[in-house]
Amino acid sequence: MAFLSPWLLGTGLFFIYPLITTAWLSFTHYDGFTSPVWSGWENWHYVFHDYPFFWPALRNTLWFVVVLVTLRLVTGLTLGMTVIAVKRGSSTLRTIFYAPYLAPPVAATLAFVFLLNPGTGPVNSILGKLGLPQPGWFNDPAWSKPALTLLAIWGVGDLMVIFMAALLDVPRELYEAAELDGAGKIRRFRHVTLPTLRPIIGFALITGVIATMQYYTEPLVAGQVASGQIGGSGQQVEPGYPDGSTLTLPQLVYNLGFQRFDIGAACVIAIVLFVLSMFFATLLMRRGSVFLGSHE
Amino acid sequence: MTRHPRLRRRLAGGALSAALALALTACFGSSQGGANDNPNADVTITFWHGWSAPNEVAAIQSTIDAFEKVHPNIHVKAVGNITDDKINQALRAGGSHAPDVVSSFTTDNVGEFCTSHAFVDLAPFMSKSGIDPTSTFPAPQLAYTQYNGDQCALPLLSDAYGLYYNKAMFKAAGITSPPKTLSQFDADAVKLTKTSGDTYSQLGFMPLYHGYESSLSHFAAQFSPTYFTSDGKSNVANDPPLASSYRWQKALVSKLGGYDRLDKYRTTFGDEWSNNNPFMVGKVAMAIDGEWRFGMIDDSDSKVDYAVAPFPVPDGMADQYGKGYITGTIVGIASTSQKQNAAWEFVKYLTTDTDAVVNFSNAIRNVPSTNAALASPDLNQDPSFQTFIKIAQNQDSNTTPSSPNGGAYQLTLQNLGYAFEKGKITDLQAGLDAAAKQIDTDIAQAQ
Repeated sequence: MAFLSPWLLGTGLFFIYPLITTAWLSFTHYDGFTSPVWSGWENWHYVFHDYPFFWPALRNTLWFVVVLVTLRLVTGLTLGMTVIAVKRGSSTLRTIFYAPYLAPPVAATLAFVFLLNPGTGPVNSILGKLGLPQPGWFNDPAWSKPALTLLAIWGVGDLMVIFMAALLDVPRELYEAAELDGAGKIRRFRHVTLPTLRPIIGFALITGVIATMQYYTEPLVAGQVASGQIGGSGQQVEPGYPDGSTLTLPQLVYNLGFQRFDIGAACVIAIVLFVLSMFFATLLMRRGSVFLGSHE
Repeated sequence: MTRHPRLRRRLAGGALSAALALALTACFGSSQGGANDNPNADVTITFWHGWSAPNEVAAIQSTIDAFEKVHPNIHVKAVGNITDDKINQALRAGGSHAPDVVSSFTTDNVGEFCTSHAFVDLAPFMSKSGIDPTSTFPAPQLAYTQYNGDQCALPLLSDAYGLYYNKAMFKAAGITSPPKTLSQFDADAVKLTKTSGDTYSQLGFMPLYHGYESSLSHFAAQFSPTYFTSDGKSNVANDPPLASSYRWQKALVSKLGGYDRLDKYRTTFGDEWSNNNPFMVGKVAMAIDGEWRFGMIDDSDSKVDYAVAPFPVPDGMADQYGKGYITGTIVGIASTSQKQNAAWEFVKYLTTDTDAVVNFSNAIRNVPSTNAALASPDLNQDPSFQTFIKIAQNQDSNTTPSSPNGGAYQLTLQNLGYAFEKGKITDLQAGLDAAAKQIDTDIAQAQ
C-alpha cells in the first residue's frame, strides 16, 4: 500500500476528485461566484433538450472522430511506408512531411484560412484556372469540416514518424517467408504489416479519438477568422461559423463555463465527453481485433 | 503484448475528462471583499483594462497620473491588454493579485457581472458622493451599465455608430447628400453598386450580418426595438420594429444582388482593423461603423475621400434622424476587492470628472460618456467627431439592454438573421417566435 500511495494520491487528487466534482456540479446551478445550489436534472434537461448548439456540436465532434481520425491514420501510415520505400531523398521527405506538425495550431489555421479563402486565396485561384469547381472551404458549411480535415492531415508528421519506427521494426524474415509462399504486395501488407502494426494502430486510434474529443483551437480560430468577426458589444461571434458546422463540444464547455458563467451546464457536456471517450476507448480496445486483425 | 488492458483503458479514456474536470473545478470558490477601507489611507489599487496600443496606454496612464495628483494617497497599478476571459476568471478567483477596478470593452457581460455580484452595486457609492446618475450619464450609457436596478458598472467613454460614405463615389454617382431615410439609402446603395461578372467592382453597401459592423443590433437600433418586456421576458416576437429591421435588411440583400453574390464578395474583404478595411480601400461606398474609424482612416495611408453622417432611419421615423447605436467601455469595482472605497474614488474620477473624461476622449478619439463632457467646448472639434458627439447626444439613440446571460439573446437573434438573410428561414414571424422561446429558456437557465 505504501508503495502505491504516490499513485493513489495523484489519481485521487487529479482524476477521481475532479471527476466526482464535475459530476456533482452538473446537478447544480453554479456561476463561479456564489456557492453551487442543487438543481437536480435541470442542467441535463437544458443541454439535451433546450440548448440549440449541443446536438450540432455532438454531430460535428463525432464526424471528426470518424473521418478526421481515420484519414489521419491512413495518411500517416501511407506516408510512413512511402518514406521508407524511397531509396534516395528519404530524410528530405521525412523532414518535409514532419515539419508542418511543428507549426503552432493558430498559425497553421490562419495560413489555411488564407490559402483557402474563396475570394482571394491562391488555392481557388489555381482551381479556377484549371476549370475546376472552387469550394467555399471555411465559408461553406458543406466544406468547412473537410477543410479542417485537410489541415489536420497536413500536420500528420507525428503519426508518420511513429509508423516509420514501427514499420522498420517488422521482422524482414516474415516478408521473405510470405514472399516464398507467393504472397504479393497487398497480401504481405494485409497479413504481415497490418498485424504487426496492430498495437501502433490501436495507439494512434485511441490517442486520435481523445485528441479529437478535445478539438478546440483549430475550429475556433478558423470559424472566427473566416467569419471576419471578433465580437464586441452588439456583435456576437457566431459559434462554429459557418452555420455551426465547425462547432465542437469543447467549444461549448468553454463558452458555457467561462463566458456564460453556467458551470453546471458546462459540466454536463464535460461528462458527455468523458462518456464518449470511455466508449470509444473501450470499443477500440475490445473490438479492435475485429477490423485490425489479431496476432495473439 | 496487452498486459494491462483495464488500466490502459482507464488511463486513455480518463485523460480528457480529468483535464476538463480540472479546468472546470480549478475556479471553485471565491473570496469576499468589502467597503470598509479608509479612502484616506495610503493604498495601492490594481486597475485592469484592455487598452494595448501605445497611444491608448499613454492616454489611460495620463488619466491615472492626473488622478494620483488629486488623490496622492491612492496609487493605481494599471495592467493593460486584459481580455474579458481573463477578467471573468480573476473576478471569480479573487485573492491579493486580483484587480480592484476592472474595465471591459464589451457591455454584454454587465448583466452577468450584476446578477452574479462579481461587481459591487455602485448606487450606494454614488449616493454617498452626491452623484445623480440620470443627470450625469446619457440614458443608453446608464442602460448598458446596469441590470434590473443594480448599477454594477459605469460608462468609461462610449462608441456611437454612424454612416461613413465615400464622397468621390457619391459625386460620380450624382448623389449630392447623404441619405436620411432607409428608402433613400437603399436607392443610393443600388446606384453606387457596379457589378462585374458574378461579383462587384464596387458595392454600395455590404448589408450581410457578417459584413463587419453591419450586425443585427447595430441596424435594429435605427428602428428602436424593445427587446424585453418590463418583467424581463423576451419581447422579440411581438416587436414590429425588430421585425421591420430584419425585413429591411433582407430586402436590401435582394436589391444588391442576393446573398450568394454578396457573401462571395465579402470573402474578398481585408481585415476589419487593418488598412485593408473594405471602406478604406474603396470596395464599398458606404459603411456603418463607430467613431474610431475616422481616426484609423486619418492615421493610415488610405486615400479614401470620406465624410460621416448619422445612419439613416426608417421612412416612418424620419423625425428621429440623427440617432444611432450606442455602446462603450464599462468600468466596475470587483466585489472581491478589499479597497472598495479607494477604488470608488478612482472610478468616480474616471467616469464623472469632466476634465478627465474630455481629455481621455480627445486622446483616444472615443465619445465621452457624461452629459457634461459631451457638451464640453474642450472636446475635439473635428467635424467627423462632432457628428458622433451629436449621435451620442440624440435622445432617440439606444443600445442593447443587459441580460443575465450576457449576449446570449443577441446571438439567438443574430443566428435568426443569418438564416433569414440567406433564405434558410422564410417565415420570419415563426423564427421570431422560436427565438423568443429560446431567449426565455436561456434566461431561465441563467437564473
